[in-house]
Amino acid sequence: MKYAYYPGCSSECNAAAYEISTQAVAKALGFDLIEIEDWNCCGATEYFSQDELTACSVIARNLALVDNDLDQVVASCAACYLNLAKVDKLMAEDSKMSGLINQALAAGSLQYEAGRLQVRHLLDVVCNDFGEEKIRAMVKRPLTGLKVASYYGCQVVRPFKDGDCTEYPMKMDELFKWLGAEIVEWGAKAHCCGGHMTQLSDPDAFELLRRILKNADDNGADIMATMCPMCQLNLDAYQGRVDGMFNTKFRLPVVYFTQLLGYAFGLDTKSLGFGKELVPAEPVLKAKITA
Amino acid sequence: MSSHEKERDNRSFMQEVIAETPGGERLKNCMQCGSCSGSCPLGYQMDHTPRQLFAMIDAGDREEVLNSNTPWWCVSCYACMTRCPRNVPITDLMYTLKRMQLAEGKAQRELGPVLARKFTNFVDHFGRVYELGLALGFHVPYRTMAVTKMGPMGAQMFFKGRMAILPSKIKRTDQLQAIVRKARELGGK
Amino acid sequence: MAEKVGIYVCHCGSNIAGTVDVVEVAKWAGENIKDVVVAKDYKFMCSSVGQQMIEEDIKKEGLTRVVVAACSPHLHEKTFRRVCENAGLNPYLMQMTNLREHVSWVHNDKEKATEKAKSLVSASAERVKLQEPLEPMYAEINPVTLVVGGGIAGLQATLELANAGHKVVLVEREPSVGGHMAQLDKTFPTLDCSACILTPKMSEAAQHDNVTLLTYAELEEVGGSIGKFKVKVRQKARYVDFDKCNGCSACVDKCPVGAKARKLAEQKLPVRDADGLIPNYFEEGIGYQGAISIPFPQAVPRVPVIDRDKCTYFKTGKCGVCAKVCPTDAINFDQEDEILEMTVGNIIFATGWKLFDCKKTPQYGYGRLPNVFTNMEFERLVNAAGPTDGNIVLEDGTEPKSVAIIHCVGSRDEEHNVGCSNVCCMAALKLGHLVLEKTNAEVYDFYIDMRTPSKMYEEFYQRLMQEGMHFIRGKVAEVTDAARTPEEEGKLIVQAEDTLAGTQRRIPVDMVVLMGAIEPQADAKEVGLRAGISCNLAGWYTELHPKLDPVATMTDGIFVAGACQGPKDIPASVAQGAAAAARVQGLITKGSVMIEPIAARIIEEECSGCRLCGTLCPYNAISFDEEKKVSRIEPAMCKGCGTCVAACPAAAIIGPHFKNDQISAEIEGVLWDAIADQKEQAEA
Repeated sequence: MKYAYYPGCSSECNAAAYEISTQAVAKALGFDLIEIEDWNCCGATEYFSQDELTACSVIARNLALVDNDLDQVVASCAACYLNLAKVDKLMAEDSKMSGLINQALAAGSLQYEAGRLQVRHLLDVVCNDFGEEKIRAMVKRPLTGLKVASYYGCQVVRPFKDGDCTEYPMKMDELFKWLGAEIVEWGAKAHCCGGHMTQLSDPDAFELLRRILKNADDNGADIMATMCPMCQLNLDAYQGRVDGMFNTKFRLPVVYFTQLLGYAFGLDTKSLGFGKELVPAEPVLKAKITA
Repeated sequence: MSSHEKERDNRSFMQEVIAETPGGERLKNCMQCGSCSGSCPLGYQMDHTPRQLFAMIDAGDREEVLNSNTPWWCVSCYACMTRCPRNVPITDLMYTLKRMQLAEGKAQRELGPVLARKFTNFVDHFGRVYELGLALGFHVPYRTMAVTKMGPMGAQMFFKGRMAILPSKIKRTDQLQAIVRKARELGGK
Repeated sequence: MAEKVGIYVCHCGSNIAGTVDVVEVAKWAGENIKDVVVAKDYKFMCSSVGQQMIEEDIKKEGLTRVVVAACSPHLHEKTFRRVCENAGLNPYLMQMTNLREHVSWVHNDKEKATEKAKSLVSASAERVKLQEPLEPMYAEINPVTLVVGGGIAGLQATLELANAGHKVVLVEREPSVGGHMAQLDKTFPTLDCSACILTPKMSEAAQHDNVTLLTYAELEEVGGSIGKFKVKVRQKARYVDFDKCNGCSACVDKCPVGAKARKLAEQKLPVRDADGLIPNYFEEGIGYQGAISIPFPQAVPRVPVIDRDKCTYFKTGKCGVCAKVCPTDAINFDQEDEILEMTVGNIIFATGWKLFDCKKTPQYGYGRLPNVFTNMEFERLVNAAGPTDGNIVLEDGTEPKSVAIIHCVGSRDEEHNVGCSNVCCMAALKLGHLVLEKTNAEVYDFYIDMRTPSKMYEEFYQRLMQEGMHFIRGKVAEVTDAARTPEEEGKLIVQAEDTLAGTQRRIPVDMVVLMGAIEPQADAKEVGLRAGISCNLAGWYTELHPKLDPVATMTDGIFVAGACQGPKDIPASVAQGAAAAARVQGLITKGSVMIEPIAARIIEEECSGCRLCGTLCPYNAISFDEEKKVSRIEPAMCKGCGTCVAACPAAAIIGPHFKNDQISAEIEGVLWDAIADQKEQAEA
């Protein structure tokens, strides 16, 4: 199977663990992620705050650059996924906007026809295009005994209602069940981590992070799995500072779902980017997994 | 101005907001139930809850709406939008209000617009976001105190290989910039 | 001899005159349409002055045809036909032009609307000239009435008719009559015990000499038309002999499948989704039953039903405990569904409503979080005859210290039901009162708008304010178990904006009650189609007129009552049930009804006997005469739809009042200007 792939800026450095584990898992499952040649930043939420048409045009450039023989584009980052999907949908529903975006693209000798590509998130591809049977068959190192809190964040589950439940999603939990892990039921799994708020206001951002970490911890999570670089950055890198501010001692490793998937497939931890997280995950995996 | 004229003028502000927002006409259906404001993770910091802001838009309180900090506390979690029983595109309306505020030189005391501007500048310039550049160009001058606390974490990130020194750049910045220029021209912004 | 046509154009106040130049239309018609001798406009043609004007013109001018260009014939065709009749003109020589729904209400451009109005008037004038005098037909009314649905609305209708001396067949699909009202504890705003006021009606209906009660039975098919509907009802097999059973319930108490359920019932807990147990529909899923059951102690009739899919005997051929313990030998495993056929004069639909599936609003955690209940589950919880003996307890058996009630769950919500469910505000107040009365709990009521628009309802709201119920105006955003503070630990936290204060509030509670929306029955549309009545977009049965005839339907002889026509409370359902019965009584008393003489006619000499018409007729009005080898139309069953007329390959079927030449003339009338242009060109 072949998909156009949009890695997103985080993949280059900050979320390198997501990127390399995604590549490793794709290789193991046997699907091709064909990186969009010369893709550019999706503008996250920032560009839309400034200028809608330019934001859309910048995003649409990526859609326009996808090879003609591909009809699906996959993003691993939640914000990138939403931006690509949002622009495609907007162009399909609003012909005036679609016309303007294409006029802008034309200045770069590009064009994009709304609906040509199906925009998907990596989790959706892994769960739905491969499914339980194939994934179970790949498991060499079951995650037995590991209590995983799946953290979905916002922008994959909302606002588009065409996938999982918008309030209490289960797709990632299902995946971890296939891997033999014990799933944690926890109410904050789709509550907001604050996104760029860590860049703007520590007390506000850290309170949101505390609530999420506390709820996972209260429900006995050994590890948290994410599907978004921003969520991972906030919950992992800022965790020490959250502890400092609230006098808590969370020490809850936060990794990408692809890392746990690769781990269960028996892949080498180095090739999955373990060790890049600030709260180390490997000791927890070793201690909790009862093979 | 007669009260009828004022009423029409009020409507014109609402129309303006609606016209700038995909699906914005649904704003007219808002029944002030507050499920948006109840959902908002950062609502407590807002000058006005989203629901209040919609009532003010309906009433035509242009100045007050455009001076409200509310949109800048929206982090696009979309919880309000999926719960809204009237399908009002609340998050998108917040984007619209941010843009309207910027276009009119408002939101001077907010950090959000600065972050957005720095971020988009990197995108326009390199085609990619430049995290260290953001740290130096945004956090150092605007959040000096916070930066001192960020130090140890930044160092850890650096040593874990999660913070690049040099910016990444796309090959065809010329193409991207031509698109950006054209879009600005078409959008008049 | 040329006809003398009178044209009457109505202003309908500004309804038509606001968009159509009615004076010009009348003037134009008088000058341009052939054979028109009178053409007038008037403010309200349906007023007595307007009617008189037409009547006098018919007499004075000797009019032989009349066109009234006004509103829809649905509204006033009868009025103007009567006018003609009073003046001695056959009523079928009058034609209405709909200038309101077809012109003024759907156009803005006055000039173009006026031109369209002229074309339509011209069409009616050309057609009316070819219309023929017709004599109305009469259908006799069979005095037996079918009532579908044995909730409070259906029971009321049944008893009104039965007590007036008329026979009624009452069909209920559940094993007992009573409907939703039987499940309730108290009724607002008087707090009467629901069962106390309802059960007398249930048993009265069952024992009434004039009532044939068919429970566990469903309407299968409706044929025929007013006066003589041919109806098929499926009596589902109970596997219990109705006549032998004495209602002792020995079978229910001994059924081995129900052993676990009986054991659980002893704990008196509100348990949902109990593993492997069979939920009792009447207990809304917080009570369980065996394979043979009586839904509730006061059920009418008190005759059990065996659930074939759950019964060990049906699965394995072994067990039969119920049969062994039955003192009257009433268990009959060989019983089969029966189709009962009957003829009835009128039908009243009182099929009720269903509760919104609260799992569709996942932000409230129903089905996932413990102690989140629907309002109907809670009704059973507070009911002395319910699973907890009426004690308000949590799933662990302890008493809640705080309860939140959430309004509009699935109502006023475009994702689910756009409409207001009408009764939930009052029901929430009532449930709040019961919590305050029976426990020491604090009650928090989250509403969007408090709707209490009936007698003594607002007073009840005030009473609850006095009783100390906390009111928070705001639609709840979320119910969560994710605690942020020590006070929230182990609680359900209800998060909402207090819109009157403009602040977000998080209130930790022990129990949440969701006021689920009142929805149309899942099969309302399908059941309605069987009888030829329709639903609106939301799925409620469509009444003949939303204000002036909320009881009748578009199909003569079929009436609606209760919540199947739209969400309503008990008093409104009772009133509508009684109103429907009154309408039926009127018809029975009259003995016959006039039916439009527009039934299709077959010219026997032309009929080839191909039977195409019979296969197409949507009303089963066409049979085949084997002797003459021709098709025959039963006039009382024909609705004059014209399908057979258009389909007949030999053109052997006439549709009176819609004959080919009449329709052609109408079309030519519409195209008067194009035809005039053509003539001009031909002459040039």
